[in-house]
Amino acid sequence: MANALISAPKTAKRGEAIEIKALIQHPMETGFRPGTNGQIIPRNIIEHFSASWNGEEIFRMTFSPAIAANPFVSFFTVARDSGTVVLRWTGDQDFRVEESVAIVVT
Amino acid sequence: MAGRRAFLASAASAAGAAAVTILPLGSAHATPEALAEAIREVAGGAPVRDGKVKLDLPPLIENGNTVPLTVSVDYPMTEEDFVKAIHVFNEKNPQPHVFSAVLTPRNGRATVGTRIKLADTQKVVAIAETSKGAFWSASAEVIVTIAACIEDIN
Amino acid sequence: MRRWHLALMLAPVFAASLALAQGGIDKRRSGYDDMSPALRQMEDDETSNPALLFVQAGAALWTQPAGRADKSCADCHGAVDTGMKGVAARYPAIPNGAVKPVDLDGRIELCRTTQQQGAPLAPESADLLALSAYVTYASRGLPISPPADPRLKPFRTEGEVMFKRREGQLNLSCANCHDDNAGKKLGGSLIPQGHPTAYPVYRLEWQTLGSLKRRLRNCIIGVRAEAYPYDAPQYVALELYLMERAKGMKLEGASIRP
Repeated sequence: MANALISAPKTAKRGEAIEIKALIQHPMETGFRPGTNGQIIPRNIIEHFSASWNGEEIFRMTFSPAIAANPFVSFFTVARDSGTVVLRWTGDQDFRVEESVAIVVT
Repeated sequence: MAGRRAFLASAASAAGAAAVTILPLGSAHATPEALAEAIREVAGGAPVRDGKVKLDLPPLIENGNTVPLTVSVDYPMTEEDFVKAIHVFNEKNPQPHVFSAVLTPRNGRATVGTRIKLADTQKVVAIAETSKGAFWSASAEVIVTIAACIEDIN
Repeated sequence: MRRWHLALMLAPVFAASLALAQGGIDKRRSGYDDMSPALRQMEDDETSNPALLFVQAGAALWTQPAGRADKSCADCHGAVDTGMKGVAARYPAIPNGAVKPVDLDGRIELCRTTQQQGAPLAPESADLLALSAYVTYASRGLPISPPADPRLKPFRTEGEVMFKRREGQLNLSCANCHDDNAGKKLGGSLIPQGHPTAYPVYRLEWQTLGSLKRRLRNCIIGVRAEAYPYDAPQYVALELYLMERAKGMKLEGASIRP
């Protein structure tokens, strides 16, 4: 079960560019770090982040191991219609998390 | 070499391949040459011009594990002319990529924020690709320090 | 006006300026003040502070029934902002019926094992840290207020002795760096005064939330001494002294440190 913190305005004016921020708990293990026995700790990262508004993709980002642990993303999107923004993270070890927020557009 | 191509391939696919990039120990590490090569792979042969891109990074960070970064491009986001991708690269981490973001006019603003890892004091480069096939860039240097008393996991 | 009225009015002004002249200004600085603007901003932004992920995890655990008693924290303590307000600011303390002090984590463990009748939470475990973060969050902005309990004195004194005692291969005491050289640099890094205003803290070094004990262990390892096990009473003694030393300073709640 993933732990995520989403920040998005609850309401927006049509045509206004709003900022969406998303933070999710994840170790983002790079695959370059040696552990206590000298052996490399295997890579375990989130590779893809995407956002959609009422089913239409509004943003997409690919993470490398250089993205910090508990990854944070912020981006802008133009408010069109009231509805649901769905944020999706996928990555190593079958990591797959979806979170949604409702936004009312007037 | 396999590392970079696998990264870009997965960046291009919408579904996101589950391919794990396994880099041979010790042989893959970013260098100024690797950084230049990574930029060339994105821009092809097109010239990359300095400008329009603002790369916000602290000049000094007390720990390289979590460096706040914002890229913003001073560019219209209209159907005819918009920033379609932002790529960020580094100079001294084990591999040169940081992230790639895909944008459309619907973003309204070509601004992306995140937090990155920097292995050492180094240069970070941001490239903005426009819908007309132009490439703009900016770079910034970050000094990375570390606390005196850290956890000794070994 | 009568001369003695004037003298009475001026007396407190005179006393205050005398105190100032004697160095009455609080010279203590939280590690927050020593951080770069980028990190202070990370802590201040409630929409993106990574420590809040752990406070959120604690919020979920707070209402979850646990143990054989099948009770949640909320069942006894109600909402955290009312039930736990001020608690983190006055720990370590001696629980009712006990003779030795416990820190906040120890108090949570006592609740878990005696009230909820559940298995103890492992030290530095995700659940214990989340609950500790959530309870501490209820005291954010409040001054550190060590209790006046006279029974705490010998433990606090033990902590003070530890703070000032040289140890490890580097033969350094906490005081050598954090009293005598705070504000100066060690290996390019600013030496903080070492006040426990931010714990449990999201330490960038750990890339996760950790307790004061974990941080103290880093220091002890830093001077190349052997760190006490997590359940050692020495950490509670040291924390007692540190909290007294930081008396009156604000607890941050959901904090970041490098």
